Amino acid sequence: MTTLALTVTDSATMLRRNLKRAVRYPGLTLIVAALPIVFLLLFVYVFGGTLGAGLGLPSGGRAEYLDYVAPGILVLAITGGAQGTAIGIAMDMTEGIIARFRTMSIARGSVLTGHVVGAVIQTMVGLTLVVAVALLIGFRPGANAVEWLAVAGVLAMTSFALSWLSIAMGLHTKTVEAASNLPMPLMLLPFFGSGFVPVESMPAALRWFAENQPFTPIIETVRGLLTGTAIGSSGLVATAWCVGIALVGYLWARRNYERRPAR
Amino acid sequence: MPTDAAIAVTGLRKSFGAKVVLDGLDLTVPEGTVFALLGPNGAGKTTTVDILSTLLPPDGGEARIAGHDLRREADGVRSSIALTGQFSALDDLLTGAENLRLVADLLHVGRGEGRRRAADLLERFDLVDAADRVPSTYSGGMRRRLDLAMGLMGDPRVVFLDEPTTGLDPRSRRAMWDVVRGLVADGVTILLTTQYLEEADQLADRIGVLDSGRLVAEGTADELKRLVPGGHVRLQFDDAPSLHEAARVLGLPAPDAAGLALEVPGDGGVAELRALLTRLDDARIDVAGLTVHTPDLDDVFLALTGRPTPAEVTA
Repeated sequence: MTTLALTVTDSATMLRRNLKRAVRYPGLTLIVAALPIVFLLLFVYVFGGTLGAGLGLPSGGRAEYLDYVAPGILVLAITGGAQGTAIGIAMDMTEGIIARFRTMSIARGSVLTGHVVGAVIQTMVGLTLVVAVALLIGFRPGANAVEWLAVAGVLAMTSFALSWLSIAMGLHTKTVEAASNLPMPLMLLPFFGSGFVPVESMPAALRWFAENQPFTPIIETVRGLLTGTAIGSSGLVATAWCVGIALVGYLWARRNYERRPAR
Repeated sequence: MPTDAAIAVTGLRKSFGAKVVLDGLDLTVPEGTVFALLGPNGAGKTTTVDILSTLLPPDGGEARIAGHDLRREADGVRSSIALTGQFSALDDLLTGAENLRLVADLLHVGRGEGRRRAADLLERFDLVDAADRVPSTYSGGMRRRLDLAMGLMGDPRVVFLDEPTTGLDPRSRRAMWDVVRGLVADGVTILLTTQYLEEADQLADRIGVLDSGRLVAEGTADELKRLVPGGHVRLQFDDAPSLHEAARVLGLPAPDAAGLALEVPGDGGVAELRALLTRLDDARIDVAGLTVHTPDLDDVFLALTGRPTPAEVTA
């Protein structure tokens, strides 16, 4: 078998293992979906009336705020998924079977690739639930089928990049507890961006940070595709950020994996 | 070094920071034999197994496993070996059968062949009834057997067993020993680490005693036992006069009468015993009982490792 075929075959085997585990141990997936749903309800029904009025639209209220915040919630859900991914790989590393994989003649990166692809699939399932709840409470985006597909693509791309980063974080830490803490700052970034309020409403320094951090262009792209707001260069910037994050995460993860103590 | 060695190690070195764990280990295990690595905790047994199974890179030295160079042909080594440790290498969320099929998939043996091998091993290791349960419901012995079965899916030529029966009850231990003997009968080479001297005695063709990262003795169990003095024949008497008379006849110092027993140095061989009993018989001394004590591996182990080592002194 060629190296590429071997990598694909072994990664697919590892992916099947991870999906089987996710089905047997669904707690992590559910928590990943549940938290953003709680945030969605919280922000729409508790803060939505006031925040909607501050959006600067001709008519601002709860319904307008739902349209505004839904893309932010989706990206927040991806960061929650990243935390779950870090916990998942850290838990896996405590199992002896990883040592077995390392004494077998299999494609070296397949354990990690299986985790990443599994994490993206799990996150996309979680995002579907979040979208369903958003639609249920009145989210009415104007996106057509192609735009919906593009939204799925941007979210999957973001999830892929953050998964590599969180895999690296999960491998970097020595305990499962630490693995759950390390990606925590990622969950705050959508708040310090355009996820929940327009960056124009922030003080200058924070606004500068919000405009230049990766989550703002990602959220702006998703928002633009869903509700027709201006996207501008956000799509390109978001892609560049994702490629960069994925690459750094991948290299860091591989290095951490090879350097793990034997057992 | 013989060319038919399944494991050939020369000058293997490994340090963790300032701590030297392996200090130039040399080891040769001929194909189809069992080699037991004995040593106190921290002697470097697990590190040796970790290095030879490609889990850890060595700092120096050469090793060939089943003809493959450990550094340059790591994948060749990996496709020839299996490792079973005291910490089981199972997926606790997959059933026994799924664990075996996962390994089959990673070996690229094909679906039908994978299922056939899994079924064979479940049968052989008495796990058929447990095949569809997850390992968290297994006993310690069952986990260990499933672990070994997963290792054997790839038909390895060399099997590393790192303390394979640590923590098992006596019955499971015996079952594991039978499994190991079965592997040897199939021509598999086994490197075993153990803290049970009886296990080394029972299973191993040759035993190496590891201390501070070096082999301090190597040989068959009998050869090792000859390294330490302490063999004797213990004679029991009914009364003090017989005891003292026997001591006089045999030319031994006056014994302590309290135990009514006499220890005669010797290896307890048949000829020696016959001569001893003949001399006592000729002197018309009645012997009430007789036991032969040969040094066991415990004596060997203590004699070879039970001292402050130079490494500890300089550390």
